[in-house]
Amino acid sequence: MIKLDDVHKSFGHVEVLKGITASVQKGEVVCIIGPSGSGKSTILRCINGLESYDRGDILVEGARVDRNARAIVAIRTQVSMVFQRFNLFPHRTALENVIEGPIFVKKVPRAAAIERGRALLTQVGLADKAQVHPPQLSGGQQQRVAIARALAMEPKAILFDEPTSALDPELVGDVLSVMRKLADDGMTMVVVTHEMGFARDVADRVLFIDGGIIVEQGAAKAVLNQPQHPRTQDFLRRVLHPM
Amino acid sequence: MQSFLRDAGEFLPILMQGVALTIIVTIGSLVLSTLLGLIWALMRVSGVRALSATSAGLINVIRGIPIIVLLFYLYFVMPDLGIALTALQAAIIGLGIAYSAYQAENFRAGIEAIDKGQIEAAHSIGMGWWLTMRRVILPQAVRIVLPPYGNVMIMMLKDSSQASTITVAELALQGKLIASSTFKNTSVFTLVALMYLTMSIPLILLVRHFEKKANQR
Repeated sequence: MIKLDDVHKSFGHVEVLKGITASVQKGEVVCIIGPSGSGKSTILRCINGLESYDRGDILVEGARVDRNARAIVAIRTQVSMVFQRFNLFPHRTALENVIEGPIFVKKVPRAAAIERGRALLTQVGLADKAQVHPPQLSGGQQQRVAIARALAMEPKAILFDEPTSALDPELVGDVLSVMRKLADDGMTMVVVTHEMGFARDVADRVLFIDGGIIVEQGAAKAVLNQPQHPRTQDFLRRVLHPM
Repeated sequence: MQSFLRDAGEFLPILMQGVALTIIVTIGSLVLSTLLGLIWALMRVSGVRALSATSAGLINVIRGIPIIVLLFYLYFVMPDLGIALTALQAAIIGLGIAYSAYQAENFRAGIEAIDKGQIEAAHSIGMGWWLTMRRVILPQAVRIVLPPYGNVMIMMLKDSSQASTITVAELALQGKLIASSTFKNTSVFTLVALMYLTMSIPLILLVRHFEKKANQR
């Protein structure tokens, strides 16, 4: 469903992606792990066309992602994104955040959008927060609204860019359990994360990225429990046993 | 004091005619400068190099020409080019253009103050440039832009007096005409000053209200 073929990307003189080749099948949950600055988020941002890439191809359901083409809007309605810092619209209520895309991009009738929006807020456990503005919500609640907003577009896949990194530790669980349910329901997900427990339990596959290349990839349990490459071993040791 | 009150009773009706024109010039040029300023600002942030360069150039040219010269140009030069404007039209267009540069810079600052994550979120749910502006950026930018916008309103009210230089008989010119025919300079210009001040006070209160609202976030 998502295919990356030899994708290169530079910011100025710094090459952050040095030939990424990977694919995500329908219904698959792929976690991308790796040290900060390794290019993990950039991969997601390229898939969604928020960044352009210099070389190679990214295909979503066979359509090439090109940030500057008109077709990018169609791709973005199929592949939603959840951001580290939530990026909810602060001037709109939780419900309005969720129905904004359906009404104005997909032209869903307002009443139908509201009904579906409420159902989605219920799904992420925030039925009672529909009329609340984001600044009055906790980080975890904001992120769950953001997930509902992404779901409202009825995407074929959702990209999560470190969805729990900006949260207080006690709020991480609520967000992860919503994501776990999505995965159980068969949603195609690409998740950049530092939550190794989530990756081990929920992901089908794990990609370990370092220095702009995929150093190691494979079934989640295999990569996380018996990493083959020394850099993966080193990274996992630091993450799992920081002291 | 007695004589001032007597003069006031005598001159106020004439000055009020000037007030009407002052208000017309102010509102007219406020509307025009807002529209033009918004267009310049949107061109500036469009991401299209030709548009943003044009806008930047225009803003600098407009900023570099004194309002009074702009008014003279519209009123005295345009007829030579076959475009005859009434004094009132020239005043509104001149002030509108002159202030559009400041409005544009204010709007641009407001737009650029919005977190880039907002644009990315809008894009990620499939919004195009215009939809992102209309539904996400501009509604948030308004709160940032309003306090300086209120100040522009006050400045425009006062600068509408420059229309007197091209024969628009607004408050300042009416005052000057009465003063030069009655020699009661003190009474007349005190009255004129008080009348400008009276019109400014509601605007000053409005700015204070905007500032309070902007700080509530």
